[in-house]
Amino acid sequence: MNLNLTLIGQSIAFAVFVWFCMKYVWPPVTQALQERQKKIADGLDAASRAQRELEQANEEAEKTLRESRDEAARIIEQARTRSNHMIEEARDNARAEGERMIENARAEIDQEINRAKEELRAQVASLAVIGAERILETSVDEKTHRVLLDKLAAEL
Amino acid sequence: MAGTTQTTSEYIQHHLQNLTFGLHPENGLSFAHNAQEASDMGFWAINVDTLGWSIAMGVLFLWLFRKAARAATTGVPSGLQNMVEMLVEFVDNSVKESFHGKNRLIAPLSLTIFVWIFLLNLLDLVPVDWLPQLAQEIGVSFFGADPHHVFFRVVPTTDINATLGLALSVFALVIFYSIKIKGFSGFIAELTLHPFSSSNKFAQVLLIPINFLLEAVTLLAKPVSLALRLFGNLYAGELIFILIALLGLWQLPLHFAWATFHILIIVLQAFIFMMLTIVYLSQASEEQH
Repeated sequence: MNLNLTLIGQSIAFAVFVWFCMKYVWPPVTQALQERQKKIADGLDAASRAQRELEQANEEAEKTLRESRDEAARIIEQARTRSNHMIEEARDNARAEGERMIENARAEIDQEINRAKEELRAQVASLAVIGAERILETSVDEKTHRVLLDKLAAEL
Repeated sequence: MAGTTQTTSEYIQHHLQNLTFGLHPENGLSFAHNAQEASDMGFWAINVDTLGWSIAMGVLFLWLFRKAARAATTGVPSGLQNMVEMLVEFVDNSVKESFHGKNRLIAPLSLTIFVWIFLLNLLDLVPVDWLPQLAQEIGVSFFGADPHHVFFRVVPTTDINATLGLALSVFALVIFYSIKIKGFSGFIAELTLHPFSSSNKFAQVLLIPINFLLEAVTLLAKPVSLALRLFGNLYAGELIFILIALLGLWQLPLHFAWATFHILIIVLQAFIFMMLTIVYLSQASEEQH
């Protein structure tokens, strides 16, 4: 239990150990700790940034999708109206054409009728003349009786 | 385990005797053969076992920590690095909580104190006869020593020299930082102008001796309490281990129980020594208290 040189020896050993610890143990360990702390903080930062970017990208994609959907709907609507329009137009055209053709046919028919009437009239006139000749036993000069004949033809 | 020729008290005394090497007035430079010879050697002797184990444990501590420090990466730590980093962070936090100045020395100092004292205390958990017995075998077979004269006390913190050596080193640092931060006059003023002060010059002069007496006791109590607290706890623990070792078969459960409880003590004492060191140094570094 007596105090002796061990006391001094212990103090010297202690001093040496503390010096060594201060010089070679403490700095690298704390430095590694600090660096890791920084690295983790950076990592967390990057993660939150990425998260934010992802959200942004998602939003953008959604927006684009919505826009394109709207666009597609608009185009379809447009096409539909255009096709309706075209059908309508074609129908109108067809109707107009048909009517025109009917009109033409009708005009032709009228023309034919008129011509037939004229012919008939002429024939009736000549028949009348012949009839009259027979009755009168004389020839009827066409030139002199022209007016009479025309009148007759018009009456027929 | 006690030698057949040993009585119980001889066994205990044998266990509590350091292996002392020094200059004996009659035998010259030699190992002490008994307690009387050891004390005859006076101050100029060395407790080889205390110093040897202290240095061995200190080297073990520094070797382990240096190994971890060299391999320290910022990546995922594993095994040893994990343990070292945990201890370093624990000590660093303790220092930051109590010590507010800037000081490069105090954190590594605290780490050294904590781990080193812990390792020294940890030797207490080695069954009390193993290492002394081994030392006795080696002493007898290699050096032809008388088995009763081979003393071997393993736990350095049960030696007052070791704990006082640590405490005095800390005390020296306290004085050093007191003078460095406050100046010599500031240090003297702190010793003499507190706790009693007076605006009256004459009364102040009268109060100086009283203040000095109080403050000197406070100051000197620091290393003494540091040293004796650690020594007392570990000495008592060791003594109980020795007493348990005398019980024959009953020592097995008792030894286990006491060792389990002792784990708490060895960590706690290392921690207290470290915390008090930090507190004393922080007091030394702060302006007035």
